[in-house]
Amino acid sequence: MKTHPLRRGGLIALLACLFFAPLVALAVDDPSEMLPDPAQEQRAEAIGAQLRCLVCQNESIEDSSADLARDLRHVVREHVAKGESNQQIMDWMVNRYGNFIRLKPPFTIGTLLLWVMPLLALCIGIGIAWWTFRRPRAPTPPPLSDEERRRLSDLTETR
Amino acid sequence: MSAQPSSPTRRRLLMAAPLVVAGGVGVGFWRMLSGMTKGSFDPHDIHAPALNRPVPDFALPDQAPGTGFSAADLRGLKAPVLVNYFASWCIPCVAEMPVLNALKDRLPIWGIAYKDKPEHALGFVQRAGNPYARIAADHDGLAAIDWGVSGVPETFLIGPGGIIRWHTASPITEAMITNTIMPLADSLKP
Repeated sequence: MKTHPLRRGGLIALLACLFFAPLVALAVDDPSEMLPDPAQEQRAEAIGAQLRCLVCQNESIEDSSADLARDLRHVVREHVAKGESNQQIMDWMVNRYGNFIRLKPPFTIGTLLLWVMPLLALCIGIGIAWWTFRRPRAPTPPPLSDEERRRLSDLTETR
Repeated sequence: MSAQPSSPTRRRLLMAAPLVVAGGVGVGFWRMLSGMTKGSFDPHDIHAPALNRPVPDFALPDQAPGTGFSAADLRGLKAPVLVNYFASWCIPCVAEMPVLNALKDRLPIWGIAYKDKPEHALGFVQRAGNPYARIAADHDGLAAIDWGVSGVPETFLIGPGGIIRWHTASPITEAMITNTIMPLADSLKP
């Protein structure tokens, strides 16, 4: 079977995209905003990965190229350089932007349903399964009467 | 498995279940929509934790044609003011300008130009018909982070003593002013 030239071109383009995608993702970061100390930079990245970019809302500030995300990355690095703990920096952010900025929501009354949902779903599933199998099978039919027996033998009788 | 003859009540209940769920969802959506028209529910609003807290520490320079201000200025206030983050490059800010201009005689509005070139912010304010009693410039956008601002426009109602009494992360509308801002501002007046 011959491959259509267009399709082959598309495949190559797709492979190229997949191959270069990680490079593009890294290119978003301006190296000048990184901290000189690699350990501190790693910590800042770990904190940033937990913080929501409030513009794009579904990306962390480390992944986003939005202006606000860049400012927040800068602020996180300032605090890390000052020697603050991860908890202190997280609290600083939550104090300003609320729990919404945390990509991993804390366990509170408001997020209770969110956190217990997997367990709840499992319990409901087990409940349904139990309820289904617990139901008595159809009662065994009463034995055939003489009349029925006679009709059956009439019907099945080989001629 | 045999098909068990289920009781008519149970069959009716099973048939009603989807209707009940659809009805519940409908009521939920209806409440959201009516809240949006009344201004009590705003899906774009990120809940600012700053409510009922003093304004953050900041001091911002002048933005022509107004004069800058600091946290101390807001904390020294005896009557409420509206603090409005704006930028010349922000389209919703253009859209809310007529509304702010209609409001400025009833409630003082202090503007903060967010990450804007001074000449651009000046041009914007002049074109729109300046609604601001004072204008400060937040060039690097770092004071905005202390305010919990995530974009422009964003507006805060500051009560006496510099306490944040109300906040929105969407453009100010006529409905917001009538239903929320003015009643709240009037209640905060000494």
